[in-house]
Amino acid sequence: MRIDRVLAGVLAVMPPCFALAQQDTQKEIERYRQMLQESNPAELFEARGEELWKTRRGPKNASLERCDLGLGPGVVKGAYVQLPRYFADTERVQDAESRLVTCMVGLQGFTPEEAKRNPFSGTGVPMIASDPFSGVGRRSVMTDLVAWIASQSRGMKIAPPMSHPKERLAYQAGERLFYYRAGPYDFGCVTCHGEEGKRIRLQNLPKMTNAKDAQRAFGTWPGYRVSEGELRSMQWRMWECIRQMRFPELEFTSDASIALITYLAKKAEGGTFDAPAIKR
Amino acid sequence: MKPRMILALALSSIWIAGCATRPSDSEAERAVAEMIKVSFRTRGQATIDRLGQDDAQALCSKHAGELPKGVSDGIEKAQQATIRYPNPGKLMGDWRQGERIAQSGVGKQFTDDPARPAGGSCYNCHQLSKNELSFGTIGPSLYQFGRQRGASEAIQKYVYAKIYNPEASVACSNMPRFGHNGVLTEDQITHLVALLLDPDSPVNK
Repeated sequence: MRIDRVLAGVLAVMPPCFALAQQDTQKEIERYRQMLQESNPAELFEARGEELWKTRRGPKNASLERCDLGLGPGVVKGAYVQLPRYFADTERVQDAESRLVTCMVGLQGFTPEEAKRNPFSGTGVPMIASDPFSGVGRRSVMTDLVAWIASQSRGMKIAPPMSHPKERLAYQAGERLFYYRAGPYDFGCVTCHGEEGKRIRLQNLPKMTNAKDAQRAFGTWPGYRVSEGELRSMQWRMWECIRQMRFPELEFTSDASIALITYLAKKAEGGTFDAPAIKR
Repeated sequence: MKPRMILALALSSIWIAGCATRPSDSEAERAVAEMIKVSFRTRGQATIDRLGQDDAQALCSKHAGELPKGVSDGIEKAQQATIRYPNPGKLMGDWRQGERIAQSGVGKQFTDDPARPAGGSCYNCHQLSKNELSFGTIGPSLYQFGRQRGASEAIQKYVYAKIYNPEASVACSNMPRFGHNGVLTEDQITHLVALLLDPDSPVNK
């Protein structure tokens, strides 16, 4: 009887204790993330991006201040979390990078090739020696701009529009691409991102069909990667995953890249956007 | 209501729902087929034809999530027929070379030197030896694999086949078909067999 009472007492106390310990760990992790975030070098990229947005460039000597990212010409606040979306002028679903190409061509007079030439900033130590996107200290106007545009959605809810049939089609195509297995390794996105709590070596992998994982993943790109000393965009994340899947090169701002990003954005819907983040 | 009328109503409601909420399956399929054609480009050894699918890849993509028993049986049967074994008595190579192959994650990326042999990327997904703490968890732990199973010729053949073509036993496995797809050579696979089964291998310590 007495033991029973003790046991009951212990049991009554245990769950809150356990929950408390978990909460403490979670709080510590959050605090650590906060500390990192407070000295995030992504700010340098964001500052350059803001400057570039306002700078007159290209054959037409124009700034990007009239660029329409979906919420009207020049509206940057909150635009990133409502991308990708359908644009009537191009009749395409576009993400931030793709839309920047449109604006660099339309407003500034660059050719599409010029606008897409240097999509990712170079690495301090080139990850890939032969990579035209890499190179010591090579900066990318595109990366700087997208860092700033993303930063103007920080703290907002991820809310990709799905009212246009082409937005829904991009989502459906993105879902199919997510499950598309091919190449000498038989890989698809789903190989690494289809199950919860898995790792490659020590790197945790988000399960993209799980809202919480997708929200954290989508909500933290672009991100400053400490291991590379560079800011990386969502387009880069797609390009790099596809490379590791042993597929041919994914074209920057291609329809497949945007379909995949649309799929991920929708999976992350309702999450809080917290990018540019800082990453390993 | 007559059954035929119920059916007609059901079909029309599916049709209406389909129109109102989402593009048809065939529309999305056409869109994907077009994207596969225009959104990628050959770079180095990663040529555009890699995006073409064989039967197993196409079926695994189509039935992702839930694989009907008939389909998985069909895939496994077809994949079993692809396995080519080395000569008897040559299934076990050198576990030291196996460990190097297991550690290496290079191979077949457009940034890899095609003249260099590919690795097995084993530690990316599996625990193997106890000393290597940086291992992935997509696949099961293989620590002590041989210690629990011995190293009979039957086990050697089983392990060889598993690495050569894992879909012969598990349709749509996450593991690449290393032998069948020409990623690893026959010799390399025998070294991995030794890494798993040799009593002296760190996997079995």
